[in-house]
Amino acid sequence: MNPIALLPWQSVAALLAAIVALAGLPILPDGMAPASTALVFLLVLTGALVPLLRLPTATESFVLFAAAHGPVYLLLSGITGHEGQAGLAFFALVAASWLIAWRLVTVLSLARPTSRPMGTLLRLVVPTLFGVWLLLLWEAIVRGAGIPFILLPPPSLIGVRIANSLPILAADVQQTIFKSVFAGYFMGCAAGFSVAILADRFVFLRRGLMPIGNMVSALPIIGVAPIMVMWFGFDWPSKAAVVVIMTFFPMLVNTVAGLTAAGSMERDLMRTYAAGYWQTLWKLRLPAAAPFIFNALKINSTLALIGAIVAEFFGTPVVGMGFRISTEVGRMNVDMVWAEIAVAALAGSIFYGVLALIERAVTFWHPSVRGG
Amino acid sequence: MISAKGLDLTFQTGDGPVHALSNVDLEIGKGEFVSFIGPSGCGKTTFLRVIADLEQPTGGAITVNGMSPQEARRRRAYGYVFQAAALYPWRTIEKNVALPLEIMGISAAEQRERVKRTLDLVNLTGFGKKFPWQLSGGMQQRASIARALAFDADLLLMDEPFGALDEIVRDHLNEQLLELWARTNKTICFVTHSIPEAVYLSTKIVVMSPRPGRVTDVINSTLPKERPLDIRESTEFLAIAHRVREGLRAGQSYED
Repeated sequence: MNPIALLPWQSVAALLAAIVALAGLPILPDGMAPASTALVFLLVLTGALVPLLRLPTATESFVLFAAAHGPVYLLLSGITGHEGQAGLAFFALVAASWLIAWRLVTVLSLARPTSRPMGTLLRLVVPTLFGVWLLLLWEAIVRGAGIPFILLPPPSLIGVRIANSLPILAADVQQTIFKSVFAGYFMGCAAGFSVAILADRFVFLRRGLMPIGNMVSALPIIGVAPIMVMWFGFDWPSKAAVVVIMTFFPMLVNTVAGLTAAGSMERDLMRTYAAGYWQTLWKLRLPAAAPFIFNALKINSTLALIGAIVAEFFGTPVVGMGFRISTEVGRMNVDMVWAEIAVAALAGSIFYGVLALIERAVTFWHPSVRGG
Repeated sequence: MISAKGLDLTFQTGDGPVHALSNVDLEIGKGEFVSFIGPSGCGKTTFLRVIADLEQPTGGAITVNGMSPQEARRRRAYGYVFQAAALYPWRTIEKNVALPLEIMGISAAEQRERVKRTLDLVNLTGFGKKFPWQLSGGMQQRASIARALAFDADLLLMDEPFGALDEIVRDHLNEQLLELWARTNKTICFVTHSIPEAVYLSTKIVVMSPRPGRVTDVINSTLPKERPLDIRESTEFLAIAHRVREGLRAGQSYED
């Protein structure tokens, strides 16, 4: 049988890309040494053909790892100083190593872990590889094609900018996240939750307040932010106020919905015990509402971050993530803008992740968490 | 223990009034095991819910332990077992059984002691630390019976508690329920739509029929208190079962 037919399609595509690269040599007009060029081809061929050997998963993964990351490392170090001069061969070889990495991720995703820590490691490795390759492709395309810095800086430069501006970034995080976001988030969520309880207790509030709460949620943040600055001044309280407005309503509706989540039989049970309103709330309705409340907490974690950053566009002391983004983009320092975006994304993910972990611990009983 | 006179209950629905109960007269004495049997819509569950003050009658009079149902509920005069176990999934079995005790403000030490005793009573010793979703359906229903027994009410109201379980588990639980009844001397009202179950368990069988929900026959069982499972093959058992079936059929033909 034709050995090519035994290869996974990523390997076949990688071989084709290598042939295209061979036709488009040299990789760079006056860059890479012949030895490195030969090594790149050797590694790509190894990676493309290794599935034929039917190695054990672990060994095959190591070979694929080396065959994917070796070439891309050589190519990216070769292009340094020759940005924008890359030809067809450069991109074809980047594509080939990317395809090998794809194969690697496929192999790892299908792997049956033999032990628990192994499984955890695998679950971490696959998305990490995925993310790393997103950055590698970004880097290779931006530098290979010589895309202007102002349009899209390569991730390496953003990384350097982050490393060189740690004190500024720390101050911005301190101002925007630890002051505006946290204060606003806690007040907004607490207010939404308390009003939901009140609306549950008193019918007139439910009838009267919910439609108005709806209106509050429709308020455009762009319009509200400058008014909050006028009311609460330039510093963080005005941003916290914007965050309160943004987070209040999701918490209110979700809690109100969650309080109706307990089944009628479970409520009747409480009634047969002649349980009071607060006993029923505390022992039945709030636990049953927990999945809804956590949903709101998670939605609000991202909303709060957006709210605080956007609100800083409308006047702030000379610190804060939104302030930095708006001023640095004016000064064409896009790498700093990207650095702030990266930090915001990281902070947002951590915030969300911590909430998701707490949710798992609290609503362990829910079928969506315990699985079935 | 329970006395109903001319009890009426009409639900107002979108399709007009529904007569769930019509002119129901019934006396239930202390220590009796009473089954309510009938096709769906005959008001047997509604009657149980009226006793429990989960529904309010629209006519007639009913007393539970000599009090109004509302007062009886306030005094925690009965334990109620629903069609499903209705255990709270975030509580362990132990904590579920302790739930009524917590609400009634019983001390922690006493709670522990009672939870242990009732779990032993329903043969769930050693399962207290499990969560409801880790147990089988039959065990969950036994836990819910333990929960209804935990606070020692004299009256136990059971609404098709074994309806969702398979025949084998059901037989087993019926046997255990009789044993429990003999040991605790409680009054039990038991809703079912299984004739053998009703005859096997009861000292009194209330046959009901639908539209409007009413009592068509009340049969006092002549079976001895001691009932092994094979009593269900005795002629006496079959005679009572026959009478129940006749009663159910009479209710049907009345309608046609």
